[in-house]
Amino acid sequence: MIAGLCDVGVDYARGSALGPFSLEIAAGEIVALVGPSGCGKSTALRLLAGLEMPTRGQVVRAAGRGETAVVFQAPTLAPWLSARANTALPLELAGATRAVAAERADAALARVGLAGAELARPAQLSGGMAMRVSLARALTTEPKLLLLDEPFAALDEITRRALADDVLTLWADIRPAIVFVTHNVEEAIYMASRVVVMTKGPGRTAGEVAVAGSLPRPPEFRTGEAFRATVETVSQALAQGMAT
Amino acid sequence: MRRLAEILAPVLLIAAMLGAWEVACRAWHVPTYFLAPPSAIGASLVADAPGLLKAAGYTVSNALMALVIASLIGQALALVVTLSPILQRAVQPLTVVLQVTPVIAIAPLVNIWAGTDHPGRAIVALATIVAFFPIYSGAVTGLKAVDPDLMRLFDLYGATRLQRLWRLRAPSAAPFVLEGHKVAAGLAIVGAVVAEFVAGSGKVQGLAWRILDAGYRLQTARMFAALFVLGLMGAALYALLQWAERAGLRWWRGR
Repeated sequence: MIAGLCDVGVDYARGSALGPFSLEIAAGEIVALVGPSGCGKSTALRLLAGLEMPTRGQVVRAAGRGETAVVFQAPTLAPWLSARANTALPLELAGATRAVAAERADAALARVGLAGAELARPAQLSGGMAMRVSLARALTTEPKLLLLDEPFAALDEITRRALADDVLTLWADIRPAIVFVTHNVEEAIYMASRVVVMTKGPGRTAGEVAVAGSLPRPPEFRTGEAFRATVETVSQALAQGMAT
Repeated sequence: MRRLAEILAPVLLIAAMLGAWEVACRAWHVPTYFLAPPSAIGASLVADAPGLLKAAGYTVSNALMALVIASLIGQALALVVTLSPILQRAVQPLTVVLQVTPVIAIAPLVNIWAGTDHPGRAIVALATIVAFFPIYSGAVTGLKAVDPDLMRLFDLYGATRLQRLWRLRAPSAAPFVLEGHKVAAGLAIVGAVVAEFVAGSGKVQGLAWRILDAGYRLQTARMFAALFVLGLMGAALYALLQWAERAGLRWWRGR
């Protein structure tokens, strides 16, 4: 197990936001968290990242500092830095020299298909490209745990699918464990080997659906019979989670 | 075509107003000490040019010095209070009182402190006081206007306080600080002129003094000439800082 939540609960001033909720993440697996808005999916992700402490329960984090990376819903790039400098930031904060950091940043940018755009500023990039820089930044530290918080929510459908494939290709290279939050059931099934469905907030587990087939997915995966059936199962679990 | 019209429109309006002014002065035989016609003001501008330029130089150099001092103090204080919220609370009422008290009301006091032999010091001090606030509050706002997700990212990678300040907060603040300087430049001129009025002695040879001096002699054309130079100077300084702000933002954003 690379990370886990053990009966965690999180309370905010306005009430309970999450839990009790448990989740175990094995090294190298991809888990999707789906659930209605406000169910605490993002809170669960922040707990796994160590950006927030639970009110109750325990968080297990086997991946140390620098081995966990987060990609947020927005690209979250510093507008005053080039794509290269943005990507190099985690390494520089950890004390890498500028030259080493830049070299590894360029390699990460090349890996997400942005070779040649190293000097571009975020304002000069399209939404999809900015998201790729964000992904490259998360990959520079070669994390063991990659947390994606609705990373494609702001993108159009075509860019969204292209990025989903990119993430799977990168995963096949580096094999980090990935936990990603999404509203999109089809995307969850396409990308994950396991889909955890949450109830409406405070979120608990409404169901868990294993997705058959190996990752990354073959192109015909989305049109297969098994895919449709899994979408149906997850959708039903979601509907149940909304009702309870 | 549209661009030409945009440039011509204000020029034409001003020309029309000046024309009407000239005609009215002549038609109704308005005494020149009451309202000088534009032609007399123009003549005074030309005749007084060396003196006016020197006076403008005096006023603008005081204002610029004040802007530099206000910039240094404002940004340094903003940095310090960002590191300590309790210090910010402590400083806040003082900065607000300083801002809402009219500079003209503080001027006589500062004049006493600066000493009657050094009216220049009082002028710079007063202009600094008015120019300080927009820079300080811009910097404080900017230092806090950090994308919360970027903040989380810095947390995630274990950034130190200093790294957070220099690599995240300070650059995030840049656009706010630039805007603050633009506002402060105009205010520094206001502060310098107000202080000159209060200092009011023969030792202070700025534009405000020229306005007062011409006023005592009922030389209205000279008053208008000094006002004209003052307006031109303010507009030029504003345009300069506007340009600097745009250039700065272009550099910050990369386009």
